[in-house]
Amino acid sequence: MIPAPFDYAAPATLAEAFSLLEQHGDEAKILAGGHSLIPMMKLRFASPEFLVDINNIPGLSHIKEENGYLKIGALTRETELDESEVIRSKYPIFTDASKLIADPQVRNMGTVGGNIAHGDAANDHPAVMLALRAEVDISSSEGTRSVPIDEFFYGFYMTAVQPHEILTEIRIPIPNGKTGNAYHKLERKVGDYATAGVAVQITIDDAGVCTYIGIGLTNVNPVPLRAVRSEEVLLGQKVTDELIKEAAKYASEDCNPSEDLRGDEAYKRSMVNVLVKRIIHKALERAHA
Amino acid sequence: MKKQITVTVNGEQHTVEVETRTLLVHTIREQLRLTGTHIGCDTSSCGACTVLLDGKSIKSCTVLSIQADGKEISTVEGLAKDGLHPLQEGFKENHGLHCGFCTPGMLMRAVELLEKNPNPTEEEIRWGISGNLCRCTGYNNIVKAIQYAGAKMRGEETPSTEPEFV
Ligand SMILES: Cc1cc2nc3c(=O)[nH]c(=O)nc-3n(C[C@H](O)[C@H](O)[C@H](O)COP(=O)(O)OP(=O)(O)OC[C@H]3O[C@@H](n4cnc5c(N)ncnc54)[C@H](O)[C@@H]3O)c2cc1C
Ligand code: FES
Ligand code: FES
Repeated sequence: MIPAPFDYAAPATLAEAFSLLEQHGDEAKILAGGHSLIPMMKLRFASPEFLVDINNIPGLSHIKEENGYLKIGALTRETELDESEVIRSKYPIFTDASKLIADPQVRNMGTVGGNIAHGDAANDHPAVMLALRAEVDISSSEGTRSVPIDEFFYGFYMTAVQPHEILTEIRIPIPNGKTGNAYHKLERKVGDYATAGVAVQITIDDAGVCTYIGIGLTNVNPVPLRAVRSEEVLLGQKVTDELIKEAAKYASEDCNPSEDLRGDEAYKRSMVNVLVKRIIHKALERAHA
Repeated sequence: MKKQITVTVNGEQHTVEVETRTLLVHTIREQLRLTGTHIGCDTSSCGACTVLLDGKSIKSCTVLSIQADGKEISTVEGLAKDGLHPLQEGFKENHGLHCGFCTPGMLMRAVELLEKNPNPTEEEIRWGISGNLCRCTGYNNIVKAIQYAGAKMRGEETPSTEPEFV
């Protein structure tokens, strides 16, 4: 399978990339890791006329804590998340997620920015970013705007990133206090997309009262879903098994999974119910550790 | 749309003309005539097309040739230097291959695996080759082959080679 013909450039600066994107409008596509885009081009689901390869642009690949944020450059590869000391020691949710994304070769190419910019509810980082309340920096020749992750996913393969823009950085508020986070997805085999996936970050105070909760769901809704009602059940309350059960039930009701080879709707809702419980418990365990 | 690219393959520099849409695996096989790199699924699932791009294992059916411009590529043909590479020896000694179709990809993936983690556990090996499918061996002897190569590369005694037939 060979993609349809296209023209290609690999600019060395953001400014050049912006000017190419402006010139080609929505005929152009950004190429990052290429592991969602190239398969789609091979299947001719996508036939962009121009590819702007952003891999030669410096400054888009980093993982660092700065000014109260964990900053992840858009071009950071999944493998780099796996190997980062700061991620391993402080943000196990990313280690949970990246280990479940595809396989080692794909992770050597796939980028964190591309994973969310693809706008696919089957991808795993969107739910994680929802749980962590990430902010996304989107840049163009006009400057950089910051979009809260809640306003990032528009629809099927549609995000806040406009054709003349490039997602440059993802920022995650550094959690404080007793915080734990975790991600898990049910998959049929390595490299499979989720039957259902759940991301949780929770903060509790010394009395066991929940002062922060973020819950994101993978592949059980047309767009990546934040389980708002479930969060509301827990926020400001002393966390009990009863409340966790209620939160899980709400998540299973509020998502909107579609039937496919991975299961029917009822099965997926029930898996959301189970996973939300498990992952809240796991995040709590980590918060206490 | 044609472009010229320069790649260093197994230490040798080549300049070739490619279409922008040409996949790296086709350049390697059809233009450079290195047919050790295989095409199994053509959908980034099986790992038969695995090569190293600047030292990192990638699936060359899902990378454009132009993305490799200026980079170094290692394929299975470059593995043996003075005799077999320890991995090749490991596969040979442990019956790590049967039909051999998956083997070049397995070998190239294992090169990076052992480089990053010279003494992997069995689980780490299985995890490390999770992007490579083998339809023949049942994997057990591939795991052993990689353990054998790891030991040899660490300068340790190699484990006895009792192949497992399942
Ligand atoms: C076999 C296989 C299994 C996979 N399994 C999983 C899985 O289990 N879970 C999972 O989450 N993913 C999975 N993926 C997808 C993989 O993680 C992709 O790498 C990822 O979805 C996209 O990242 P990329 O860097 O490759 O983006 P690309 O493919 O380069 O781009 C994807 C889209 O995002 C746009 N884009 C990319 N970067 C930017 C940017 N900085 N600014 C604006 N737009 C941008 C592109 O224009 C394109 O439309 C799998 C892929 C394969 C091939
Ligand atoms: S041919 Fe590339 S992964 Fe199967
Ligand atoms: S040896 Fe036949 S596919 Fe692996």
